[in-house]
Amino acid sequence: MTRLIAILVLALALVGPATLAEDRVVASLSQHNLALTTDFTGTELFVYGAIRTVGDLPADAIDVIVAITGPTERVNVRKKERQFGIWINGKGVEIDAAPSFYAVATTGPLRDIVSWTEDFRHRIALDLVIRLIDAPAWVEDREEYRAAVARIREEQGLYSLQEGTVALIDNALFETRIQLPANLVEGDYKARIFLLKDGTVLDTYEDRVEVRRAGIGRWIYSSAHEWPAVYGIVSILVALAAGWLASAFFRTFFPN
Amino acid sequence: MNIYLPIAEVSVNAFILLGLGGGVGFLSGIFGVGGGFLMTPLLIFIGIPPAVAVATEANQIVASSFSGVLANIRRKTVDMKMGLVLLAGGLVGSAIGVQIFAGLRTTGQVDLVVALCYVVFLGLVGSLMLVESINAMRKAKKEGRRVQRRRHNWVHGLPFKMRFRTSNLYISAIPPFLVGMLVGTLAAIMGVGGGFIMVPAMIYLLGMAAVIVVGTSLFQIMFVTGATTLMHAITNQTVDAVLAVILLVGGVVGTQIGVRVGPRLKAEQLRILLALLVLAVCVKLGLDLVVTPSEFFTLGGSSGH
Repeated sequence: MTRLIAILVLALALVGPATLAEDRVVASLSQHNLALTTDFTGTELFVYGAIRTVGDLPADAIDVIVAITGPTERVNVRKKERQFGIWINGKGVEIDAAPSFYAVATTGPLRDIVSWTEDFRHRIALDLVIRLIDAPAWVEDREEYRAAVARIREEQGLYSLQEGTVALIDNALFETRIQLPANLVEGDYKARIFLLKDGTVLDTYEDRVEVRRAGIGRWIYSSAHEWPAVYGIVSILVALAAGWLASAFFRTFFPN
Repeated sequence: MNIYLPIAEVSVNAFILLGLGGGVGFLSGIFGVGGGFLMTPLLIFIGIPPAVAVATEANQIVASSFSGVLANIRRKTVDMKMGLVLLAGGLVGSAIGVQIFAGLRTTGQVDLVVALCYVVFLGLVGSLMLVESINAMRKAKKEGRRVQRRRHNWVHGLPFKMRFRTSNLYISAIPPFLVGMLVGTLAAIMGVGGGFIMVPAMIYLLGMAAVIVVGTSLFQIMFVTGATTLMHAITNQTVDAVLAVILLVGGVVGTQIGVRVGPRLKAEQLRILLALLVLAVCVKLGLDLVVTPSEFFTLGGSSGH
């Protein structure tokens, strides 16, 4: 019900006189803060919004793409090579930027609904968000390394392309659900929503989800980084206490 | 039941971790090995980042070895004096090992050296123990009595003799110190407690009785892994408290069961079991090096440039 009201509010926002002459998209997310507690097992992000286009359009003329991008980082990719009969890690190639999480949901096949130039400009497709600017000279096939990042992260459930999962209602409203896996890292997750017609991006909208550790996990993480020596000593003391407790317990209940 | 680990940043099944801790703790209690040589590969296998696996597993071994040491102290099967000599050597050795590790890091071949160390030492130790135990068992059967191990070898000709009452030995302090040092060096490079090398060295090189070897080895391992935990916590912040607590709950319980079951098994059978286990891990790691992998690429964090 609250979602329905929110969508109506969004829809009303588009009817303002200042925006009359433009194609617009507005959106919101089911949550803007996500707490990584120790019992976090993944969650579903509900993305919904409203569209307004100028003039009358046939029902299938409009497309929507929703892209969620996790914090971006450098990644070191190593390829195994056979030397003296054993497989060893070769030299690493540093990927300049790869998101820790990337999910794209669309109203249809990505290649059909967005043109190459628009895709490149907005960096929507997976192979465009993984950036390898300057590979070392010894690398024969740099594309191989970039593809490896995409393949491995896809297997880990971190990268996904869900074509046709955005539901478009009456060229006015849309909604989709994006699964956030349990192995999320902390950071700001950017949500980009693209409104498209004939392969061209008409309008974009951005929002974000702040993913943060919470509860005991937050406390453990900050202790480990702010007082590492104390944290280490406490870890050892906890281990010794557990060892002693088990010993005392077994001596009491299972004497030998 | 899945649990999100705050430092490892992954979600894993708590019961799998409890089972792993329990199983490895059980072996630790029987054999006097820390179990790191099993636990580290297993943790990495279920998806824990290697750096976190090595550091956290050291913390867990502190718990299970302390639990085992307490049980052995009550049974008077810990040779403290021998343990301290081994420890002194161990601390010198780990300082050397850390330097070697840093040197390997600059050449970029740490993974390979660590894997080869595992294969070579596990293979060597495992097959030596297996052969020796089988021979001893055959002999015992033929003669119908307990085998008396060689009590005199080159070890007894060295200076700095010390009396180790609990072990009933009067030998030079140099061999135990060197054993401790070798184990400490390897432990720092391979990220393990080193019990699987120390236990056979104590039995075959120093001529200690199997009963005392277990407790004394655990005594030394406890201090070495304690130092390792602290070092990792300070330099890398890779000790995951949540992971450690789950592992050590399973670990200490497993250890207590192990120390109770251990003495009921025959010493020679015990050594054959350990030898087979060590060889199994060796073969597995060896195959990983030789068999063509299904995924040729691995991802790692930024190396910092």
